[in-house]
Amino acid sequence: MWTFVHKLGSPKWCHALCARLQPGFWIAAGLLLAVGAVWSLAFSPPDYQMGDSYRIIYVHVPAAILAQSVFVGMALASAVFLIWKIKVADMAATVMAPFGAAMTFLGLFTGSLWGVPTWGTWWTWDARLTAMLIQLFLYIGVIALRGAYGRDDQGAKAVAVLTLVGVVNIPIIKYSVVWWNTLHQPATFTLTERPAMPASMWVPLLIMVLGFYSFFIALTLYRLRNEIMRRESRTRWVQALAD
Amino acid sequence: MRANRKRRLVIVLALVALVAVAAGLTLYALRANINLFFTPSQVAAGEAPLGRTLRLGGVVKKDSVERHQDTLHVSFQVTDFASDVEVSFDDILPDLFREGQGVVVVGQLDADGEFIAQQVLAKHDENYMPPEAAEALKAAGNLPDGSVPSS
Repeated sequence: MWTFVHKLGSPKWCHALCARLQPGFWIAAGLLLAVGAVWSLAFSPPDYQMGDSYRIIYVHVPAAILAQSVFVGMALASAVFLIWKIKVADMAATVMAPFGAAMTFLGLFTGSLWGVPTWGTWWTWDARLTAMLIQLFLYIGVIALRGAYGRDDQGAKAVAVLTLVGVVNIPIIKYSVVWWNTLHQPATFTLTERPAMPASMWVPLLIMVLGFYSFFIALTLYRLRNEIMRRESRTRWVQALAD
Repeated sequence: MRANRKRRLVIVLALVALVAVAAGLTLYALRANINLFFTPSQVAAGEAPLGRTLRLGGVVKKDSVERHQDTLHVSFQVTDFASDVEVSFDDILPDLFREGQGVVVVGQLDADGEFIAQQVLAKHDENYMPPEAAEALKAAGNLPDGSVPSS
């Protein structure tokens, strides 16, 4: 077990492992997203109040879940980088950030599209919406801070600290609908209770969430390989690969 | 674990804990401002300021909606099942607006305790249901549209 974890820290070994894992996740992502999209758009029933406009949740919910999971992933990688000085962890945090930012934007965007017919407004300064907007700014801040240091990994430490500071926002997003009065509804899914929707609605949603996760993992493995190659381009094994 | 790694681990954990405490205290201090709306009970207790724009949240009381015949004017009561507030509104209501529906109303409280609304937002709860299931619930005498408090 520990030798496996230690090996992950080696860029060369990690590069090879990513290559081996990648195809499986790409296939899973393709299948899950295709099945989930067709099922959720064509076969799941409409809602009794909102009709078909509720179907936005099949993009909105997975995007919002990913927006938060990706940041937690980045924070874990940053902690590993700061404590054990493992460079691969920093590379992983680097490649995850743009995808997380995209998911945060997608969550906000689809939410406001849904807000117009349902709530009667595009935007309101409610705790959940505002915390999510702050999350988007945190992502942009992390990406910008890394960009400010140029191509080298000098800024890695500062970025890791910012990511760890930013992770405090995640529980605030999660519990904002519980702690305060908000326009945003509380979670439909919890680990402890039955979902507040029938199986014909939540099964396709679960498939979409798993599809988004698979896509994220596949994309991260792919981008991590590129990042390893780029940062290790002076080493002998990368040059041997390139020849 | 080597000593310097352990030290860095402690620093990282302390950093996260410190920021969490700072954020927690800030949010605790701001708690009144972060709540999106006042509840009818808070209004009844006099916690809501008069003559200032604020939001009122609750459920549209059963059989309280009165529409004016010739204008858009509509009046209704917002309740949290403990207190009611009379609301009047002169614009177009959102599609989801109905009796028993959760709403957030933006406007001002006048001296008589009546709420003059500028905007009405419908609040959707966490329950989703196909139309047939809603019909079945209705047939069983258990209305899905908020006739029982949903939370």
